[in-house]
Amino acid sequence: MKIDMKDVLKRSRPLLGLIILSVIVSLISPDFLTVSNILNVMRQTSINAVIAAGMTFVILTGGIDLSVGSILALCGAIAATMISSGFGVAATVFATLALGILLGVLAGIAITKGKIQPFIATLVAMTLLRGATLVHTDGKPISTGYDAAADAFAWFGTGYVFGIPVPVILMIVVFLVSHYVLKHTRFGRYVYAIGGNEEASRLSGVRVDRIKIAVYALCGLVSAIAGIILTSRLSSAQPTAGAGYELDAIAAVVLGGTSLAGGVGTIFGTFTGALIIGILNNALNLLNVSSYYQMIAKGAVILIAVLMDRKK
Amino acid sequence: MSGSPVLQMKNICKSFPGVKALDNVSLNIYSGESMALLGENGAGKSTLMKILSGVYTKDSGEMIFKSKPHTPKDPKDAMNKGIAIIHQELNLIPELTVAENIFIGREPVNAFLKVKYSQMNAEAKRYLEQLGEKTSPTAKVSSLSVGQAQMVEIAKALSMNAEVIIMDEPTDALTDVETENLYKVIRSLKAEGKALVYISHKLSEVFDVCDRATILRDGTFVDEKPVSELDEEKIIQLMVGRPISDRYPKCDCKAGDVVFTAEGLTNSRITDVSFSIRSGEVVGIAGLMGSGRSEVAKSIFGEMPLKKGKISLAGKELRINHPSEAIKNGISYVSEDRKQLGLIIGMTIKENITLPALKKFQTALSKISFGREEEVSKEYIDMMSIKTTGPSQRVVDLSGGNQQKVAIAKGLVTAPKVLILDEPTRGVDVGAKKEIYEQINLLKAKGMSIILISSEMPEVIGMSDRILVMSAGRIAGEVSGAEATQENIMKLAISNIKNAV
Repeated sequence: MKIDMKDVLKRSRPLLGLIILSVIVSLISPDFLTVSNILNVMRQTSINAVIAAGMTFVILTGGIDLSVGSILALCGAIAATMISSGFGVAATVFATLALGILLGVLAGIAITKGKIQPFIATLVAMTLLRGATLVHTDGKPISTGYDAAADAFAWFGTGYVFGIPVPVILMIVVFLVSHYVLKHTRFGRYVYAIGGNEEASRLSGVRVDRIKIAVYALCGLVSAIAGIILTSRLSSAQPTAGAGYELDAIAAVVLGGTSLAGGVGTIFGTFTGALIIGILNNALNLLNVSSYYQMIAKGAVILIAVLMDRKK
Repeated sequence: MSGSPVLQMKNICKSFPGVKALDNVSLNIYSGESMALLGENGAGKSTLMKILSGVYTKDSGEMIFKSKPHTPKDPKDAMNKGIAIIHQELNLIPELTVAENIFIGREPVNAFLKVKYSQMNAEAKRYLEQLGEKTSPTAKVSSLSVGQAQMVEIAKALSMNAEVIIMDEPTDALTDVETENLYKVIRSLKAEGKALVYISHKLSEVFDVCDRATILRDGTFVDEKPVSELDEEKIIQLMVGRPISDRYPKCDCKAGDVVFTAEGLTNSRITDVSFSIRSGEVVGIAGLMGSGRSEVAKSIFGEMPLKKGKISLAGKELRINHPSEAIKNGISYVSEDRKQLGLIIGMTIKENITLPALKKFQTALSKISFGREEEVSKEYIDMMSIKTTGPSQRVVDLSGGNQQKVAIAKGLVTAPKVLILDEPTRGVDVGAKKEIYEQINLLKAKGMSIILISSEMPEVIGMSDRILVMSAGRIAGEVSGAEATQENIMKLAISNIKNAV
């Protein structure tokens, strides 16, 4: 097979950006390229990366999901309540993930059957669910408690397996599964097809509505996973957790080269996009940049990346 | 026929990476005349027009416009110099009014930059009247028919004092009445001394409105001749480089038993449509644009809900509410609009071909077998003789004719019993057309039932065993392929329209 160098370069542009960024950061700060710091970066990245994986599916169909941060918060709060009320880890995790899927399905139904634009439908969900979280928590953090179940639940956010933090392992699993589903299964092919041309997909026999609902359900599921990781890590659920996470997830997807118009992009790109954001945050911390300036730096990097991507 | 050309393109060459798109091509455009620019897909017509209108720059050669060198920097520059191009896909903004579209970017304003609407609307009206159009300048473009929108484009060209007007497949989406109207406008533009370039795949139109024809083949100049010295056969021979013996090849095959029946299909667009089709039979559906031809197809295919009516296949009644159910039951539909409805043009050939039958390519863990996919799409590429670098080429990089072949392959991959072809040769050149016809005959010989919808009457007549003629949503009558003539079909096609034409 002939390999088109231009094509390879274009595809690997996010990766190239990641490498350049890493080299620069490791030159400025010797603390960066240490095993403990790399794992630290990965763990900090994991929550955004897990959400961004689901967001990639949604954006590939030409949609958008603004409700991920609110789903994270509500699922996290329910998880904390259940653990502290003695439900046990298995039941809690199962119920939390089911809730995430259900919320995604509802958004998907509003979008497909209710014919509401994804932006609006998920904006509504974002507001409603944030309100629900505030009502449920009464605006105060909910602690997971101090019993054995709470300790076991803490494993998701703070545990290690072979020296690797559990959130990092969860993130890698989510990405491997997402890659397989997108590149190798019928469902993944349909996701790309719908983003490429929805009408033509329907006329090719694709059940467009079902696929779209499934995609939002998936995004709800990963948001719930992120909610479990965060709640577990902090041993409590914050009513304002996950606010603004939708924008970080979208930024990771876009940095990874996925088109907001749908149909074009890869899950690997999203992974690099999330890492770029994570490394940037980490580097600015290592360099003692004030958090106010950090946002400016983040915005600037995303702008440069997107501008570079426009040049074909 | 008048004297020297107002615009000359001489020995134009243009290369793209890997291909020489134009090799020493010349074109003369005369005031008060219409020049047909003819050639198969990929012959270089569009490239040549893009150089003329400033989209591309030429590698070598010269262009002389009104005895001065013509070197447009970009399309806007070419337009300001008096060269307007009216594309197949119109470039109007649907949510703006007619006048706003005509004067976009050049709105008359007062000292406070407020748009002088009354002046703008009055001027727009003047240009529209010049074209015999009664459209209101304050109407939104989204409320216009395609024909009216096209007149807005022409009015825009006039308002910019265009001397050369290029029309690319202008009648492609027009009704017959609108086409007649366009011809009238073209004649009046010629009388005013405008120079026209007319690009069309419908050769009969050349004889209706053009004075001369320039023929290109594979990026080279073949000939320029007065239309009076040409006929369709000669043009095809010049375009293809060899005579095409039989434009509508015949298949000597026997039709079998009735396979498919539709009874009393009724919804908002069609009324009481009933017909049946045998195996190995081609049933044509003719009718004017808007007569409900495509709607019959979409109703059968589950894309349009039915209020009443019954569909049965092989004696079994079917309930079809979604295209996927039609496909599952052995019905395929190749739509009239391959780019919007038929293909996912950003995806590869193989991804497009296998999409309707992806289930067949699944292995364990719902994994798609890429090997099988590659293999099967190669079979279809050979069968349809699709010109491509391979199954992994993206559809967007194929010519129109080859895209259409991919669309048909996509309809065949599910091995349907009934194949509905809606305008299967629209925008496809003569050579590829014949290949598609031969494919239709092969499928017919294998016993497939084919419904052929087309607005090209010679095509329906040439390829069908029987022709159903639609008029205002109903089947107005049926003619056998042997007895069909353009006249008796037309008579039926307008039979349900009161005050027709």
